[in-house]
This record gives sequence, C-alpha cells and structure tokens, in this order.
Amino acid sequence: MSKAILYDATQCIGCKQCESACAQQNELPYDDKIAAESIQSEHKYTVVLTNNDKFMRRLCMHCDEPACASVCPVGALHKTAEGPVVYDVYKCIGCRYCMVACAFSQPKYEWGKLNPRVRKCIMCPDRVKQGRNTACAEACPTGATKFGDREALIAEAKERIRQNPDNYINHIYGQSEVGGTSVLMLSSIAFESYGLPASANIGDTPMPDYTFRILSKIPDFVPLWALVLGGVYWITHRRETVALAEAAGDDRQGGTK
Amino acid sequence: MKTKLTFWRAIFCLIMAMGLYSVFVRFYYGIGAVSNMSDKFPWGIWIGFDVLCGVMLAAGAFIVTGAVYLLNVERMHAIARPAVLTAFLGYCLVYMNPHSVMFEVGFCVMFYTTVLMFEFSAAVLERFDLLKPLKWVKACLIPLVIAGILLSTLHQSSLGTLYLIMPTKLHPFWYSPALPFFFFISAVAVGLAMTIFESSLSSRVFGRQLELSIIVELGGILYVTLWIYALLRFEDYYHRGLLGSILRPGYEAYFLWVELLLALIVPLTILSFRKARLDGTWLYVAACSTLLGFVTNRLNVSITGFETWAGHHYYPKWTEASITAMIIAIGFLTFSLAVKYLPIFEDEHPRLPLMKMAEMPEQARQTTLVH
Repeated sequence: MSKAILYDATQCIGCKQCESACAQQNELPYDDKIAAESIQSEHKYTVVLTNNDKFMRRLCMHCDEPACASVCPVGALHKTAEGPVVYDVYKCIGCRYCMVACAFSQPKYEWGKLNPRVRKCIMCPDRVKQGRNTACAEACPTGATKFGDREALIAEAKERIRQNPDNYINHIYGQSEVGGTSVLMLSSIAFESYGLPASANIGDTPMPDYTFRILSKIPDFVPLWALVLGGVYWITHRRETVALAEAAGDDRQGGTK
Repeated sequence: MKTKLTFWRAIFCLIMAMGLYSVFVRFYYGIGAVSNMSDKFPWGIWIGFDVLCGVMLAAGAFIVTGAVYLLNVERMHAIARPAVLTAFLGYCLVYMNPHSVMFEVGFCVMFYTTVLMFEFSAAVLERFDLLKPLKWVKACLIPLVIAGILLSTLHQSSLGTLYLIMPTKLHPFWYSPALPFFFFISAVAVGLAMTIFESSLSSRVFGRQLELSIIVELGGILYVTLWIYALLRFEDYYHRGLLGSILRPGYEAYFLWVELLLALIVPLTILSFRKARLDGTWLYVAACSTLLGFVTNRLNVSITGFETWAGHHYYPKWTEASITAMIIAIGFLTFSLAVKYLPIFEDEHPRLPLMKMAEMPEQARQTTLVH
C-alpha cells in the first residue's frame, strides 16, 4: 500500500521543526539565517510559508505519475512503490529538464558547484522502507504533518473536513491534482495564495500524458515515413530509368531505319 | 612561417579568449556564476539558442539531401555537400554541448550525427582518393539519406514536444498541442531559407558563381511552406480562441509581433511578387527575414514564454553569451578549413592538392582561402 504525507495547514503553528528535522535528516546546514529564508533552494527542501497568521508547507508533492521522472533522459528520478520520488545522483547528467517540467517547481539546482546536483525532498525513502515516519512528520509537535497509508489519510482528511466544514476549504489538494500525489494538503484559504499552482490550471491529467500523446505515435510513424521516402526515391529513379531506356530504344529504332 | 593578423582573425581570437575565460569561470565558480540561470529559469540561451536555434538552422541538410537523392533534383547536387557540412558541424557542436538534453532528442541527434558523418565522409575519402571505401559509402547513400530525413523529422519535432509537458508554465501564445508540428514545418522552412542564405553568402565569401536557378526553386518551395505554416498557426490561435488577445498590446504580444512579422509577413510579402521570387537579392532578404523570425520564435518558446510564470526577466550574462559565441566561431573556422582542404563545392576551378598548397607562397594561399 502506498504511503503519503498529510499536511493540515490549520493545525500548523509555524514552528519550523519540520524544516530543521529535514535539514538534519539530509545533512544540510540549518541555522537562524536559513530558517528565515522563505524560498526553497538546494539547501532547503521544505519551507514553512507565512501568510498573515496562517502557514503553509511547501515540499515535493511526490506525484503518482511524476513529470520529472518521465522527462529525465537517463532515468535518474523514479517513483518507488512506497510513494517517494527518489533521485540517483550517479545517473544525473544535469540537463535540468526535471526542473523545467515540474508543475510545482520542486527540483532545485546547485548553481555554485563544479559538479551540480539536483536537490529536492525525497520523502526519507530509507525511513519509509523501514516502516518509520518521515523526519518532518516525526518532528511535528502538533500533528499538522502526518505520515501514513495514502488511502487512510484521504479518508481521515475527508472526515476532518466533514467535522469542521467552516475550518477548511472543501478540497484535498493532491488527491487528484496531476493524477494524484503522495502529499495531501488541507487549508482554510486558497492554495494559490501560497504560490501553489491552482487546481483548475494543472488539472487532473498526469503531466507525462501531454508528451506521451505524441511519443506513443513514433513507433507507428517511423516505418510509415521510411516507406513513403523509399517510395518517393523508387518512383523518381524509375522515371529516370524508363526515360533513359525509351531514349535508347528510339535511337536503336532510328538506327535500323 | 608568418601569419597575418586580419580583422576577422582578431575578432576570432577575441571571441575565443572571452569564451575560454567563461569556461574557466563555469568550472571554478559554477553555472550560477557564469550565467543568469536560476531555479526560476533553469534553461537559458544554451537551450534556447544553442540547441533550439542551432538544430533548426542545421536543417538545410535533410531538405537538400532529400531533394537531391530522393526527389532526384539533379540541379541541386552542387549544394548538397556544403549543406551536409553545415549540418555536421552544427550537430557536432550541439552534441558536444555538456548541457545537452533529453533522451529522444539526444538519441536522434547522436544517430543523425553519425549518419551525417557517413554522408560527409564521401568528401574526405574523395579528397584522399580512397576509392574502395568511397564505393561502399556511395552504395549506402540512399538508406543513409532516408535515415537522415527520418531522424530529422523526429528530433526537429521533438524539440517542440519537449515543451508539451509545461502547459501551466509556457505562455498560451506559444504553448500549443500542435507544437511538434510547428517545430517540424518551421524547420523545413528554415532549412530552405538557410540553404538560400548560405548559397548567397558563400558566393560572396568564396567568390563562387551564385547557383541562381537552385535558389529560385528553393524560394518557391519556401513560399509554399511558409503559407502552410502561417495557416496552421492561424488555425491554432483561432481554435484556442486567442485571435483577440494576440492583437492586444502587451509584453508577450510585442515579442509575438516581431516573430510573426519577420518569420511570416515580411518573407510572404516579398515572395508574393513573381519578380522578387526570381531575383537573387530579394530571395536573400526574404531568407534572412525568415531565419531571424524563426530564431525569435525559438527564443520566445524557450525564454519569453516563461517570463510571466517565473515572475522576472531573463537575459544572458555576457559570459554565458560568450560561450555560445565561441561555439559559433569554432563552427565558422572549421567550415572554412573544410572548404579549403576538401572537395565541398563542385569543381568550378580544379582542386589544389594539399602538398602543392603547402608549397605555395603565403600570399597566394591567403587568396585561395579567402577572397
């Protein structure tokens, strides 16, 4: 059964324990200065954004059909059965197509390094395999970030909205966006106000479908187009041969007469 | 041996020096220091210009080889080798770009470079009178040409497919489900325009007779291709209900107007006159406009179209541009060397053997190289 993170913004107190735990887990630097940064970067996989007195976490959504994995020419990114979308630095060639393709703009780049890597939340795959919680979920003091089975968390999210309809907008962000993600979010105000792409814009179609519509036709197209080109060659040269033969025939006829 | 410092050599050295400095900066301080790319703008001109425009501008080869070897247009034989050489250099430079992209494009480009190498090897083998391998290459030529066109069709359109996965990021003026088709048809147009441009230019630089009947024919096909492209673009905007918004002034609209003006309106107006279609200078102007127009188009797709989403403007840092300039300069140098030592152009004056060339006085060699 696939796992997921449920983040409930209404329970978040903005303590940034998740940021700190994430940095520790991934061996990233973390101090007051980094804590104050309000954008994700190569050294900040997750960030707690503030909007007046409300908070919102941003992190990789771990799409069920990730755009990043589908565009990677060398397969450096892939979706694991448990849910996390993981990255293999030894395969990565640094083309940055994943960064351009991601609808949530999650992959970040080490712009100052000789051998830059792509950096993003990888949902603590080692912990998940061992059946433990992700570092952020373990660190959260209020339960705003919760880790568990995706289906169970969706049911729980629905139950929370049902019990407190005034507290939430009636939507689980990530349940169906871009075909579903392994990070689910609840909020009292519009997700767009935190810079997340509007559900109406990104839609429920998995991003890889947009390119697959074209790519899937290539195997049919290649032999057909080769046949047409070969046919064109055959016709034009046949015409030439015939013309030559006829000319030769005329000459012979002319000679005998 | 004394080497004279001409104007173009000085420019070449300057470009190489700046380019090498930028390469040093990139490997010492990272891509962030050498370019204006960022997490918001992960792709800059190295993709937008070097890859998208570079591959598009090298499209002449598959158009011309197709015409010569498949459609059997014998008259165009004279320009087949220069076209293949341009493409081979273009693709070598693109493929060696360490920031190259995507499996399908990469795969096609790699194979296409190999195909071009075989097509071009005929010129090298001929030069050294290696008749036996030359016979093999000539025997394989038709399958190679077909493979070349096939691979070109695929990767030219794939560069458009690349952007299909970004429906929410790329501005609707340029994001279209038909992007792969637009990229392919415009590559055909640019292939034709580039061949006209090159033939006209090399007639000046290398002091060769202009193959007027050929470029008149190419101009005619260019005219038809541009009309097909224009109609499809119109259809696309019409069906997506954008005809009103593309006429409304705005940041993206200005860039779109420049693109459409140069790529379609100017060349289509020129070519609509029969007299202009038969005139070398007008054809040259129309070809130049087409080239500039589609370069604008590729830059719009890869850069302008993302600026609103990213929330800031991108322009290349000088070091970033200097690496691009260096790659182009190397291309020009290699082309002129290849023309000097290999039978690229069909014999107008008999070829000078390499040994004789070396014995010639410096002055005479200069005039043989550059007119």
